[in-house]
Amino acid sequence: MSESVVSNGPLPIGSKGHLASGWWGMLALVFTEGALFAYLFFSYFYLALHSISEWPPNGAPHLNIAIPGTIILVAASVVVWWGERGIRRGKTRQLIMGLSGAIMLGTSFLAMQAVEWHNEPFKLGSSVYSSLYFTITGTHILHVIVGLLMMGVLLLWTVLGYFGAGRHAAVSIGAIYWHFVTVVWLVVFSVIYIVPRLG
Amino acid sequence: MVTAFLFLMIGGVEALLIRAQLARPNQKLLTPEQYSQLFTMHGVTMIFLYALPVLSGFSNYLWPLLLGSRDMAFPRLNALSYWVFLFAGLFLYCSFPLGKAPDGGWFNYVPYASLAYNPGPNIDVYALGMVLLGISTTVGSINFIVTLARTRAPGMSINRVPVLVWGTVTASAGNLLAVPAVSLAFFMLFMDRQAGTHFFDSVSGGQPLLWQHLFWMFGHPWVYAIVLPAMGIVSDALPVFCRRPLVGYTAVALSTVSTMVLGFGVWVHHMFASGLPTLSLSFFSAASFVIVIPSAVAVFAWIATIWTGRPVFTAAFWFFAGFVLLFVIGGVSGFMTAAVPLDWQLTRTYFVIAHLHYVLIGINVFPVLGGICYWFPKVTGRFMNETLAKWSFWVMFVGFNTAFFPMHILGILGMPRRIYTYGDHLGWSTANLVISIGAFVFAAGLLLFLINVFRSFNHGAPAGANPWGAASLEWSTSSPPPVYNFAVIPIVASRYPLWEDMMDEGPERSSVGTGMLLDQGRETVGSTVLDAEPDVILRMPGDSYLPFLLSVAVTAVFVSLLLHSGWALGVTLLAAFVASVWWLWPLQALGQIQAQHE
Repeated sequence: MSESVVSNGPLPIGSKGHLASGWWGMLALVFTEGALFAYLFFSYFYLALHSISEWPPNGAPHLNIAIPGTIILVAASVVVWWGERGIRRGKTRQLIMGLSGAIMLGTSFLAMQAVEWHNEPFKLGSSVYSSLYFTITGTHILHVIVGLLMMGVLLLWTVLGYFGAGRHAAVSIGAIYWHFVTVVWLVVFSVIYIVPRLG
Repeated sequence: MVTAFLFLMIGGVEALLIRAQLARPNQKLLTPEQYSQLFTMHGVTMIFLYALPVLSGFSNYLWPLLLGSRDMAFPRLNALSYWVFLFAGLFLYCSFPLGKAPDGGWFNYVPYASLAYNPGPNIDVYALGMVLLGISTTVGSINFIVTLARTRAPGMSINRVPVLVWGTVTASAGNLLAVPAVSLAFFMLFMDRQAGTHFFDSVSGGQPLLWQHLFWMFGHPWVYAIVLPAMGIVSDALPVFCRRPLVGYTAVALSTVSTMVLGFGVWVHHMFASGLPTLSLSFFSAASFVIVIPSAVAVFAWIATIWTGRPVFTAAFWFFAGFVLLFVIGGVSGFMTAAVPLDWQLTRTYFVIAHLHYVLIGINVFPVLGGICYWFPKVTGRFMNETLAKWSFWVMFVGFNTAFFPMHILGILGMPRRIYTYGDHLGWSTANLVISIGAFVFAAGLLLFLINVFRSFNHGAPAGANPWGAASLEWSTSSPPPVYNFAVIPIVASRYPLWEDMMDEGPERSSVGTGMLLDQGRETVGSTVLDAEPDVILRMPGDSYLPFLLSVAVTAVFVSLLLHSGWALGVTLLAAFVASVWWLWPLQALGQIQAQHE
């Protein structure tokens, strides 16, 4: 398999399509971030199982903000997916709309989380449960903020006309992170809001 | 790598101070506080600031050469990893002159490390420093994984990469899974201490054992991360001095990976004495026995390689052979403590200290020094002084065993670890004196080695491109290699590209003289994951100050956290964001922007 492989004609240069080195790098980052959340959930369940008092102390948290928040975050993922599909066919406007939509939806999610935090009857230091609650949701919120910054920068670059049908690796890479943030939220939602209702 | 060696020497001096204190009973050379800080920083330095970084240094230098590439996949990420590592080390060490260094032992158990029992800033320094170091480890690991996936020379399919590459990539994948556990644990500890949370606080329903779980879920895979690449060095270099290919390449590569996989299932064996249920102890004890199997596969492969080869007794060979012996001793003592009842007897004694030093020095330091002997001619174009290197090996080997073997006996006699002095009626005095003498002999051997390195750097005999007659790609380019490593991207047809004529196993030959030229600026070839068929030309970024700026910003974020300064935190976070965006700005030159004609 030596000579023949090399004479296959000119190879593309740089980040062609979505399979750039950065794409692999982002997958690895998501892998390690996923592990971080896995350890957070491990800590949650470990402390919950060893708890001698009622868990959660004030009953399962309300769903009236969390469910709309979940829908909004999933929608934010869908519009990015739609925008990325657009740029693969060179439709810059579709990408701009997708990214702007994601930024609006993501920001509203953050606002709802702020209300949710404000409404909680406990503070960070009230109990083990409250420590976990704020740390887990807070870590997720930090990831949403980072994702929003990425979407903002990508939007700027798209408006500057950097991307087209052939070159949009940065968009695909940012999108992986954004979808990851959504998936993590689905797990956070299940663990914090749904699991306490099952028992 | 040089930095890691500096940390090795600092850690070594700390060890000598500890041994000077323990040489005779009832000594008052150090105060208990100084002693606590010294043994903690000795552990932290050796395990976190020397053992992994030195291997990453090796791999960062060697990987592109081994893989027939011009650079790592993310050269600037490489720089970031280095700078953050350096700053994390400085961050941890800045506290030392102030007497505020971490003092809770390297595994830093709560509640000793909680605010109530350790009110100074010592533990906060450790917590933040470790999270910062975790960033360096993570970006470094990502770089290795992507480099393996992307930048191998055409034809270097996954079953032809050197074993060092297997070791490092396994360690990197392990790190990506394990480092978040310790970062999270230290972050939670910092929150407990500074933000009033209750994760580890048993009064409010927290669990001190959670710390131990999280720490060792990280800690045990980490142990393998700091030995597997070193074992890879031996698997690659030992066969060169035995004049034959490694016995059982596939078995060794698979045992490397399976050691890491099993390594994630044995963390509880550090916690046998913490009152966990018997069922759990039995499971983890069994897993700890099973993990001996892949290690034994590797040991038998090395022995068979020496046995069936025609060994050339160079200094490098002695270091590798010494390593095999020490690994066996360390492995057996590990196997012993994997048995729960014996562990109950021996845990927290010097037996454990003996085991971990045999494992870490035996499997890390000896291969690293052997690796230096082996690759020194490649890096500098000069040989090391062979006689002096052999002398330093024997001095170190004798010193090492004098220092650490008696610790087994002390442990069985019941001497606990981490005591700053002991009475003279306990029967530990002679062994401790012997140990301290051995430690100084070992240090003298290391000093000889370093003198050799410095002398040979300027005065060594000139070495050609391939002075050892080795088989892998790094020896096909000149010594020292040019900054672009290979003028022509090599094409690989077998596992031992430079031995094909000697081995004559098939008609295909690797090509190191002809191949892709890629002469338009900084370019290298990108290839597919399994078969390494070229599929893209990668444009590499040039030298840049951005990694340095970003690491300064990130370090400043952690300093702000330590000082509880809100505005400084905001400013430094903003600076880190600006540096990141600037770094990632798409460039036409790197093929990241839509070109006009596309």
